[in-house]
Amino acid sequence: MVIDVRNLHKKYGQFTAVQDVSFSVNRGEIFGIIGPNGAGKTTAVESIVGLRQPTGGQIRVLGLDPHSDRRVLSQRIGIQLQQAQIPERMKVWEALDLFSSFYDKTVPWEPLLAAWGLAEKRKTVFGNLSGGQKQRLFIALALLNDPEIVFLDELTTGLDPQARRATWELVSAIRDRGKTVVLVTHYMDEAQALCDRMAIIDHGRIVALDSPQALIDQMGNKQRVIFSAPKTFDATSLCRIDGVTQVNRENGRVVVQGQGALLSNVVLALHDQQIAPIDIRTETADLEDVLIQLTGRAVRE
Amino acid sequence: MNAYFKLAWMQLKLFGREPVALFFTLAFPLMILLLFGMIFGNAVDPQYGDGYGYIDALVPGLAVIIIGTVALMSIPVATATAREQKILRRYKATPMPPLVYLVADITTNVFIALIGLVILIIAARLVFDLRFGGNWVYVLGGFLLSAFSFAAMGYIVAVLSPTARIAQVVGQVLYFPMMILSGVAFPPDIMPEGVRAAANWLPLTQVVNLLQNLWFGQGWSIQSVLILGLMLVVGTVVSVYTFRWE
Repeated sequence: MVIDVRNLHKKYGQFTAVQDVSFSVNRGEIFGIIGPNGAGKTTAVESIVGLRQPTGGQIRVLGLDPHSDRRVLSQRIGIQLQQAQIPERMKVWEALDLFSSFYDKTVPWEPLLAAWGLAEKRKTVFGNLSGGQKQRLFIALALLNDPEIVFLDELTTGLDPQARRATWELVSAIRDRGKTVVLVTHYMDEAQALCDRMAIIDHGRIVALDSPQALIDQMGNKQRVIFSAPKTFDATSLCRIDGVTQVNRENGRVVVQGQGALLSNVVLALHDQQIAPIDIRTETADLEDVLIQLTGRAVRE
Repeated sequence: MNAYFKLAWMQLKLFGREPVALFFTLAFPLMILLLFGMIFGNAVDPQYGDGYGYIDALVPGLAVIIIGTVALMSIPVATATAREQKILRRYKATPMPPLVYLVADITTNVFIALIGLVILIIAARLVFDLRFGGNWVYVLGGFLLSAFSFAAMGYIVAVLSPTARIAQVVGQVLYFPMMILSGVAFPPDIMPEGVRAAANWLPLTQVVNLLQNLWFGQGWSIQSVLILGLMLVVGTVVSVYTFRWE
């Protein structure tokens, strides 16, 4: 266990940002802190790295108290902050060279530059980098001291889909090199693709804590079958099918929810009524559904 | 130590990439020198002391402007901006102690002021045959004392101002009246007696007195040394204890 958080509380005046949060992170895993915007994820993670002082609770990171031992701890962890910058006119190589001087022990930054696709940008100033390049530079800075734990807060926000997927691969590669990663995100696809385990936070509280697959399995193999049908079609007739829990019409399409062999059952029922459904497709439950069920709201932006 | 030198060198390079700061700190005093030098020349005039001319008195005055610009304009705005843009926050996430940042930043700014002074002296010497009656080591010592004590004051402005905009306004409100009253801009003789007496105690006036006396070989002005020394101690203690990354 590399991180142990017990009963973490953080209040800002009357506002409670984090309430009674407890979890632990094992060495070598990617642990997700997931939830809607404003749920308290960043506050929690910034308390864990010692950038904020919690109002209550106990935190141990690599056996250290992140607040009183912050300087010692910061030698052993890497942080990519959601809200942080380096000077506009600082060049990429200068940033890596400067930040290397802050640590007792560092890895050479030239290979990092290459690994994160910044070799051609080494002489470019920070202000002229694209959003993805800036994020990759921040990750490279977080890896300079060969940290045991890397904290990544909303690292793909503002990136295009290709850049996001490329970043995911690089994050997996960090774990494959034996490091522990704490990933804060409000993107469910990101959490599903990367996390070994995750805590879902809503309104400052943990509402679920498990592996993504286990959380999805808790949804009980729920599926949706969606197809277009003529207006004359009586969709409620599908309610009698085995395993169907709900039937709705959304935007002119029929949406059947349920479990079991849903697709074949629905197709058979339609065939009996001599309806040939066009554009029929199924959706299985994903983390997005888990989150909607747990928090009552969607996280899509 | 490595972090200190790397950061100081980086701050110096970043300063060199800021055209506006570069202009006001290094080019602007030089322009005043050349402009006024061409108008008034540097002929010996008893008004400026025995054997000295207009430029000989102007150069220590422009040194004061360099110190004021660096300390009360560059430092507050640059520091408050770095805090506002969360640049200091990124440093906070590293093991670098805040004191290293503070000292590196202040020494860089004093060094920049020193570069400004050297450029000024070289230009005045080449173009107007600058005369000098003091001891270079004393002048350097007086300049560094003044620059460090004003830089510490500028840091207090930076630390206490919630935004870069406020830091800029506070810096200017402190700087411009002091500059006008200090006797750099025009002779103190034309000011009313009461204003002149009050101006005599302003911090920037101490720099003018200190540097002009040293320049003309008239020794250290004790009053100025004491006031600037006190400012340096208080300013350093307050900025070290109040400095925050965010």
